[in-house]
Amino acid sequence: MRRAGLVALALVLAGCGNSGGTDSGTDGEVTGEITVLTQRTDIVDTVFAEYKKAFEAKYPGTTVKFEAITDYEGEVRIRMNTQDYGDVLPIPNSVTADQLATFFEPLGSVDELKDRYRFVRTEQTFEDKVYGVAITGNAQGFVYNKTVWQAAGATVPPKTPDEFLAGLQAIKDRTEAIPLYTNYKDKWPLGQWENLRGGVTGDPDAVIKLGEDTAPWAAGKEHYVFDSLLFDAVQRGLVEPDPSTTNWEQSKVLLGTGKVATMMLGSWSIVQMQQAAPNKTDIGYMPFPAQTGGAFHTVVSGDYKNGINVNSKNKATAKAWIDWFATESGYAVDQGGISPVISDQLPDTLADLTAAGTRFIELNPAPKGKEGLADKIGNEAEIALFDGDYRQKIVDAARGASKQSKDELFNDLNTRWAEAQSSLK
Amino acid sequence: MATSTHPVAPPVAQHTGTARRRPRGRALTPYLFLILPLLLLLTFTYFPVVNMIFYSLTSWRGLGPVGEFVGADNYVEIATRPELFGVFTVSVYYIAASVVQILLALYFATILSFDTRFRNLFKGILFFPYLINGVAIGMVFLFFFQPGGTLDSVLSAAGLGSLSQQWLGDPDVVNYSLAGTSIWRYLGLNFVLFLGAIQSIPPHLYEAADIDGATKWEQFRHIVLPGIRPIVGLSFILAISGSLSVFEIPYIMTGGANGSETFVIQTVDMAFKYHKVGLASAMAVVLLLIILLVTWVQRRIVPDEKVDLT
Repeated sequence: MRRAGLVALALVLAGCGNSGGTDSGTDGEVTGEITVLTQRTDIVDTVFAEYKKAFEAKYPGTTVKFEAITDYEGEVRIRMNTQDYGDVLPIPNSVTADQLATFFEPLGSVDELKDRYRFVRTEQTFEDKVYGVAITGNAQGFVYNKTVWQAAGATVPPKTPDEFLAGLQAIKDRTEAIPLYTNYKDKWPLGQWENLRGGVTGDPDAVIKLGEDTAPWAAGKEHYVFDSLLFDAVQRGLVEPDPSTTNWEQSKVLLGTGKVATMMLGSWSIVQMQQAAPNKTDIGYMPFPAQTGGAFHTVVSGDYKNGINVNSKNKATAKAWIDWFATESGYAVDQGGISPVISDQLPDTLADLTAAGTRFIELNPAPKGKEGLADKIGNEAEIALFDGDYRQKIVDAARGASKQSKDELFNDLNTRWAEAQSSLK
Repeated sequence: MATSTHPVAPPVAQHTGTARRRPRGRALTPYLFLILPLLLLLTFTYFPVVNMIFYSLTSWRGLGPVGEFVGADNYVEIATRPELFGVFTVSVYYIAASVVQILLALYFATILSFDTRFRNLFKGILFFPYLINGVAIGMVFLFFFQPGGTLDSVLSAAGLGSLSQQWLGDPDVVNYSLAGTSIWRYLGLNFVLFLGAIQSIPPHLYEAADIDGATKWEQFRHIVLPGIRPIVGLSFILAISGSLSVFEIPYIMTGGANGSETFVIQTVDMAFKYHKVGLASAMAVVLLLIILLVTWVQRRIVPDEKVDLT
């Protein structure tokens, strides 16, 4: 109720926002002040301050101001009901493709940008116009402690879910470590599992097919495969004893020191785990344990994409910042991510994936009118694929905290999915 | 001020002729003082509520132009989805906890209203939790309930180690743990309200009772309790409506996972996770109506009587 009040207030304030002004598109002169929103509250005063200096030196007469926001997704979505949401901002994930043009300035057509930047073909793109350039990119898989997996004598990397579970069992039997840490309490780490879609089958059309599928949790489907892996690991007691009191910040240290063996997280986590580990080389990364055509696959996708507020009065400078951030800031490489610039090399953090012969794929763009369909169905069905909420229920069922069996749970998900899907047609 | 019992000439008549007339500005003064608070109240309470009711009639998704007008569709959906009300069983734990909380507060307030040694220290200790920020309390109790955390350590030190269990992980225990935290947090407020009311009872009543040979229990039963009855009634109304709309503690500590979801958490998820702002607004309106109804029923059962200790 209180939040609803905030929304209302935001709407009132919208009337007082800056309206009108000259709009020269993104071609004007690069000068003046821009406000950049960021979700990186941790490094806004250190790393970002350096970026500001370098950018202002390259474009004299410009001033960059940052606004770091802790609950980025929640707060920015509400602020976007006004006109005042900075000049450059990472586009919130909850903005659907068809809403992009209402809030963001197009940066160019797909054809113009696709040879220069990764991810622009599919992500934050609508009707052949690109609205955002990724700040960095990620591969998907499991981050793990090499020493622990070696001590248990487990095969690395496992090639099937069964081999993976056998590895976790060996860790439980032969070491003191928690085999797999779910980070249940913080919820969003369970949402990371959703990024595995496409990587299990190696099919670039996986998400398009997901939107058409009437039963994604039927045996053999991608969601069945990775959600089963989670379910089975929990049911066999291969996770932390009390999931309800996990702690994200602490989990990094636990993995680094070998008290936890494995976590399912995007490749962005590698650098953070290395920083928390006494010995950087202990941290390894493995692809999802499934092979198609004799090879592992991982989907590489963009992290947040920087976009320009359609109400910005200084779009030229905003555009310059986005290009500079992608090509010259070095943000992606410093964070151990995949650079959005196509000509840049893959980062060292992904050496483990390369060594395992993993194929890196990018998902294909959805056909017109079907953009973001799978996620819309997920919201309509109150499953919210990326939220981690429904995977908390999987963990609860698997550890016997709720009275549901795996089949009941997956059938229920299938039913809700199919209902939502038909209601959206 | 019941005018019907004073059949005198209307005061207007006296103002005619030479009667002293108050300067116009002064008559307006009270209203001038009211303008600002009323304006704030309108801006931050009534306007958002009206807005919320309006959203509840739309299919707005929380971003962009307000969605299409769907009439009572959202309300129909709520009425036809009984599982949305299932979470009210969680409120039962908090209602039970609030009864315990009020009894404890009454107990402490009565003891500390007598001349107890260190009474100010104890008052401070009991009221202190209420001053702490709810988020901090959530964090503290998260560590408290962790396996091998403070609670388990204390239990094993007292030789009760066999009692320790997953305080937040076990779905049969989690709501007791959370409701317990809630008692700890809000006890201080009830306590201070009761203490204030008890201290406003004229001391000569106790003296008279002492002379008549009344025990402390009789004094409590016949002087204290009737004297603070309106405050006890108010506390119960606040406690019940608070129990129906619990949010902060379970949201911070478990995020509503593991069977600890309350109606407000469900509403927030609906609006900010599934982006069904229209439906969520309708749920908020329904909760408002339920609370108004419960309060009305309570007032009917326990009418507000004027205290008369003489």
